[in-house]
Amino acid sequence: MENKKLLELKGISKYFSRGEIEEIKALDNVYLDVYPEDYITVIGSNGAGKTTLLNIIAGVFPPEPGGKIIINGKDITRLSEYRRAYYVGRVYQDPRVGTAAKMTIEENMAMALLRGQKRSLGFASNSHRRELFRNALEPLGLNLENRLNALVGTLSGGQRQALALVMATLSKPSLLLLDEHVATLDPNTAQIVLDLTEMVVKNDKITTIMITHNMEMAIRHGSRLIMMHKGGILVDLNREQKANLTVSDLIEAFKRASGDEFDDDSVLLRSD
Amino acid sequence: MDVLSSILSFSIYEGLVFGFAATGVYITFRVLGFPDLSVDGSFTLGAAVSAVLIIAGINPFVATLAAIAAGISAGLVTSLLNTKLRIPALLAGILVMVGLWSVNLRIMSGANISLLREATIFTKASEYLGIGTGTHFSILVAGILALIVFFALNWFLRTEIGLALRATGDNEQMVRGFGVNTDMTLILGVSLANGLVALSGSVVAQGQGFADIGMGIGMIVMGLASVIIGETLFQPKGVARLLIAVIAGAFVYRLVIVVALRLGMAPGDLKLVTAVLVIMALAVPFIRKKMRSEWIPPATRW
Ligand SMILES: Nc1ncnc2c1ncn2[C@@H]1O[C@H](COP(=O)(O)OP(=O)(O)OP(=O)(O)O)[C@@H](O)[C@H]1O
Ligand SMILES: [Mg+2]
Repeated sequence: MENKKLLELKGISKYFSRGEIEEIKALDNVYLDVYPEDYITVIGSNGAGKTTLLNIIAGVFPPEPGGKIIINGKDITRLSEYRRAYYVGRVYQDPRVGTAAKMTIEENMAMALLRGQKRSLGFASNSHRRELFRNALEPLGLNLENRLNALVGTLSGGQRQALALVMATLSKPSLLLLDEHVATLDPNTAQIVLDLTEMVVKNDKITTIMITHNMEMAIRHGSRLIMMHKGGILVDLNREQKANLTVSDLIEAFKRASGDEFDDDSVLLRSD
Repeated sequence: MDVLSSILSFSIYEGLVFGFAATGVYITFRVLGFPDLSVDGSFTLGAAVSAVLIIAGINPFVATLAAIAAGISAGLVTSLLNTKLRIPALLAGILVMVGLWSVNLRIMSGANISLLREATIFTKASEYLGIGTGTHFSILVAGILALIVFFALNWFLRTEIGLALRATGDNEQMVRGFGVNTDMTLILGVSLANGLVALSGSVVAQGQGFADIGMGIGMIVMGLASVIIGETLFQPKGVARLLIAVIAGAFVYRLVIVVALRLGMAPGDLKLVTAVLVIMALAVPFIRKKMRSEWIPPATRW
């Protein structure tokens, strides 16, 4: 079935320290088509360009000239980050980045509710919205729905990250970008946040790109798996190819595609 | 007794009129996390603009509005330097402050303007209301202005745009991620704050009967002192209480200054009094936390 593309990356490159001896090709002529309801897990060594890829999609910085970013058929290559917020929800590795510490849960949620919409001189919160916030927080099972007036800075890292995820998906984005969003959490909380991710992605049918360093996690979750290396996409596996995949298959695929000797120290892919 | 009540009422008056400037400083430093040092200049700007217009026969209320507009423009310049030219906030504020010194001299065509026997918002209000002037009447006028400012800010900071403005000072990256142009919220906030500072300068000049090129000197410290005292004494939570705490902080600060003067301290010593007062206000929460063995984050260094 030929599906309409949700996101197209065409010839995307990104160089840092341009013109210096240590020029870094963070992304090197990347092409990627993302289809509606894709749930892509991305793995790759440190410095492979995974975060840079998400930054380019979110519009934190533009790609090198010649590259094109198209969402829903619209060319957004030159659109600034805040204008892209309408399409993109994002959760970062550090819970502090996705939430505002000195504001209450309610105020954070009120910011999130209007993602990408015009803001007015009406009150940011009212009883109707509070009800909506409570309903969105309740499935977390963290009792945050009863602590709307708590300052977010007083929450634990896991609670904050769960809140960040709810905020990123509160007003349903076309595309959800997750950058190792459970990496800093303890195994229990990581599982809660992962389950929640699974739930919102499935229920709201949100197209998702999730970076992880954990190969097992990359295999277990999602409907498509991408492996990045040195600024390029090495391996791109669809649902069928991914179904019976094992970690050693993945390492094998990496070796074949890169020609590099797989070295746990330098590549830092964990299988735990 | 008479001395006491006169000290008190004078401090209330000063707390209210300088409270506008303190509120402006609160918005830049605390809400936006934008250390705007142009305040000394925009305070005098407000005084200069309204004084010149009043001398030219313009209605003092209109002159006061013009002063606010001038302050907003000054804030606009500072915030544009920061957001568009990417000049660090501290430097942008200092540059605007320095530049405003010359601008203010030009506006006043000299170092000062006397408003004696000129109409001011105080004399006009007394005409309209048919009440005689005096300290208590000045408190009434300043109080009404303060109430207007308080209700306007208490409303605005809780609107969708106001919330985005507050969030910008807390986590700019997050706010941009939610689709807010944080350059715009910064420009809006810094302009608004400088409008308030200029309002303060305008009202102070009309109250004291003159505008002077040096009257803004130390205003940033005064504003910060008020904010810090207010926060330490009242430990406010929520927008409304914070705003009240800042004005109350300005009152306490002016009270200390007035008392120090009455006790026979030379005006030149007041800067030291201010410094000691701020250090004390900062030390109290520190000691309080120390005694509870709470973790205290290292000081910021901007
Ligand atoms: N803002 C930046 N300025 C300069 N260099 C950068 C910047 N962002 C990324 N890089 C460089 O680009 C390369 C790719 O970085 P990126 O953060 O995309 O890697 P990653 O795949 O996310 O790695 P990790 O798994 O460690 O998070 C790295 O060499 C990095 O040093
Ligand atoms: Mg990364």
